[in-house]
Amino acid sequence: MGKRPLSPHLQIYRPQITSVLSILHRFTGIALALGTLHLVFWILAAAQGPEAFAAVQAFSDSWVGQLLMLGWTAALFYHLANGVRHLVWDAGFGFAPSQVSISGGITLIVAATLTLLAWLIGTGQLGMSL
Amino acid sequence: MSMRSPLGRVRGLGSAKEGTGHWWAQRVTAIALIPLTLWFAAGLLSVIGAEHGAAIAWIGSPVTAVLLVLLLATGFYHAQLGLQVVLEDYVHHEGAKIAALLCVKFACLLLGAAAVFGVLKIAFQG
Repeated sequence: MGKRPLSPHLQIYRPQITSVLSILHRFTGIALALGTLHLVFWILAAAQGPEAFAAVQAFSDSWVGQLLMLGWTAALFYHLANGVRHLVWDAGFGFAPSQVSISGGITLIVAATLTLLAWLIGTGQLGMSL
Repeated sequence: MSMRSPLGRVRGLGSAKEGTGHWWAQRVTAIALIPLTLWFAAGLLSVIGAEHGAAIAWIGSPVTAVLLVLLLATGFYHAQLGLQVVLEDYVHHEGAKIAALLCVKFACLLLGAAAVFGVLKIAFQG
């Protein structure tokens, strides 16, 4: 590579909603790819039989499993909401600095709302089931 | 004056030899995954904490089995496209990059095939 001048490192810049959400899209994408392991094990255990299924279910119900599931839910809804934001950009809309910040805020609100809603329904707090 | 040959311009595949194929595949799978993911999240909530019997009844029902196979195929394809870009951005050693790419592509295919097999086994055998 030689001694070429490099642009300043990432730490030099003040984190902004645009840059933070951008790297978060990557992190959540990688996390979701890793999280598919649990989904695959769940399906294969269900195909295997009641004992294997109960073992995977026991892991899901443990505090480690619950923590992973919460992270996975949040990552899923964030990646989904921000993915839609990316598709809107791909269509050519919403590039003004103010619009980018607003859509970032909306993304966070949508992701948090869907995550909260899923957990309230999943834990039976709303007294309803799907 | 363009230095590109007329044939190269018509093909539009550029120096990477694949043009916008990767970009489009990522967007098309992303769009397909929006309804699939929302359906899956809602369906999963309906069987959360359920017994084995209820879980395989849900997985094995015709609508669920078909949509689940589509979700798995589209999801793992989308995942390996995304992970590919991450590796290409951050792994600079050519050999390590190719090795990592192969690992990711093979792992996604293996996991996807295993999960699809599981769904089909439940659907056909219970």
